[in-house]
Amino acid sequence: MELLCPAGNLPSLRAAVDAGANSVYLGFRDATNARHFAGLNFSDRDIVRGIEYAHQRQCKVLIALNTYPQPAGWKLWTAAVDRAADLGADTLILADTGLLDYAAERWPQLELHLSVQASATNPEALRLYHRLFGIKRAVLPRVLSARQVVQVAEQSPVPVEVFGFGSLCVMVEGRCLLSSYLTGRSPNTYGACSPGSHVRWQETPAGLESRLNDVLIDRYGPGEKAAYPTLCKGRFQVGEHTYYALEEPSSLNSIELLPLLYRAGVAAIKVEGRQRSPAYVARVTAVMRAAIDACARDPDGFRPDLAWQQSLAAVSEGTQTTLGAYHRSWQ
Amino acid sequence: MKLSLGPLQYFWPREQVLAFYAEAADWPLETVYLGEVVCPKRRELRLGDWLEIAGRLQAAGKEVVLSSLALLEAGSELGALRKLCRNGRFLVEANDMAAVGILGQCGLPFVGGPTLNIYNQRTLSVLRAQGMTRWVLPFELSGATAADLVAAADADCPCEVFAWGRIPLAWSARCYTARAEDKPKDHCDLACLADPDGRLLRTREGEPFLALNGIQTQSALTQDLAPWLDELRAAGVAFLRLSPQSQGMAEVVSHFDRLCREGDDRGALDALAALAPVGTCDGYWRGAPGMERAGIS
Repeated sequence: MELLCPAGNLPSLRAAVDAGANSVYLGFRDATNARHFAGLNFSDRDIVRGIEYAHQRQCKVLIALNTYPQPAGWKLWTAAVDRAADLGADTLILADTGLLDYAAERWPQLELHLSVQASATNPEALRLYHRLFGIKRAVLPRVLSARQVVQVAEQSPVPVEVFGFGSLCVMVEGRCLLSSYLTGRSPNTYGACSPGSHVRWQETPAGLESRLNDVLIDRYGPGEKAAYPTLCKGRFQVGEHTYYALEEPSSLNSIELLPLLYRAGVAAIKVEGRQRSPAYVARVTAVMRAAIDACARDPDGFRPDLAWQQSLAAVSEGTQTTLGAYHRSWQ
Repeated sequence: MKLSLGPLQYFWPREQVLAFYAEAADWPLETVYLGEVVCPKRRELRLGDWLEIAGRLQAAGKEVVLSSLALLEAGSELGALRKLCRNGRFLVEANDMAAVGILGQCGLPFVGGPTLNIYNQRTLSVLRAQGMTRWVLPFELSGATAADLVAAADADCPCEVFAWGRIPLAWSARCYTARAEDKPKDHCDLACLADPDGRLLRTREGEPFLALNGIQTQSALTQDLAPWLDELRAAGVAFLRLSPQSQGMAEVVSHFDRLCREGDDRGALDALAALAPVGTCDGYWRGAPGMERAGIS
């Protein structure tokens, strides 16, 4: 079971490699990937340096091109596929059907992984992507229960990868338009959810307010810890109640499920967080490395270490973690 | 442009569903989409019931398409999907790549649903090669992108656009209706049966924002593209999809029918907009945030 870690820039890439990642994933500085944030991501020169650094240490580099090009942007996206191949990426992570078709035809030797943004939750969908494009691996959306992950892994024509730690999308990735409904920009079209360009913080007599394109996402009383206004993690009114109607600010942590995922033949555990700091990447990579190694040594005797869990909770959203959909009761 | 009645997004009691489609047989519609697209736990009607309704609508001169679930998680859902795809009589709307895979391998034609994420010409070509004969524009794409895609698509693979209804914005494993009642999904007691148009979610300032519909999250505002019929026609859109709502659907269809045939009529546009549960929007079509609404002048 491999450990795949996020690299938002060169220092994060080095941190992940040094802390024991088997592979790292990154993106270009544009809308061709799902972490299109200001000041984040790689120039071509940094990709070359990153690949060199990683390869010298037996670590692979995957390039994410996991957004959906429209006719006006088609050439930018196919050029990004070509650049990624030319720069020596080991693998491309793709979501769009058309782009998969282009990459499979233009670069038949290049390994393609199906991005979580392709919304493939079942073996039948995976068989189609495998049949049409020869994908070598698929990242499963964070909506499946642990039992469902095991079933899909058993029946999938290709090895599967699942999220082990990081921010949690509560909606099926690739099929969530909440962000473009509010701001005109979504992960699919623009590579960002709840983009910072549309966020506004305001102190008011009622409390500190966070808004996204003027729509109130949350309001904090004195002493309440404010969170980034990701729109599915705000507090809203349904009937008489005001609550986190969709999800609380929290991070996914699946360490306790590692033996189950290991036995199911899951190929890789993915860490979310290209937008986070090199310190976050170093810490989470080190913890996940230790946990996966412990699991591989003795899956039957595996127990999550309290120190690991505390270390991860400290860098989690709202400093709390959840098993998310892996745990059936969450659903 | 022709009118289609989109698949029912909500969970209505059996009698209400039967009455709704009995009425729809007389509406000026070219196509009716049938079936459960949101939650496999909604079983007021089984496939056999849907096929019966389909037969009646076909006898009334409608083209019938059976719509598939958008989110498939359990093995049993794939079994049901295979049965739906191999119904032997009616066209299927594929709302997940699983359906495309099954239909493609059986050599059966299909409608590419809005959740297949058809964002570019090459995706159109790939799905066309699998047997797609009509496609629905993804909800968040603009009229400009629609025009580009229609221009690139085969003439015998027409485009359908979601012209009326609360927009299905997201799907999840979590049931937000059950969550609103503090019930676990496995013991939801089919709470969504009480919300014939979804359950309104407001911001803390009281602004209508979303509508909770089980595992689906919709816009609170109804997307209304009636003010843009000339633009839709110019873009080459062939079908307008009208999404069922519990009240006033006959009037919605009738207004669209008249506006399509007779052109702009401010009074009809206002009367139509007034049929939305809490207000209308049209931002996506204009390349703006989906929730926005252009002033109609």
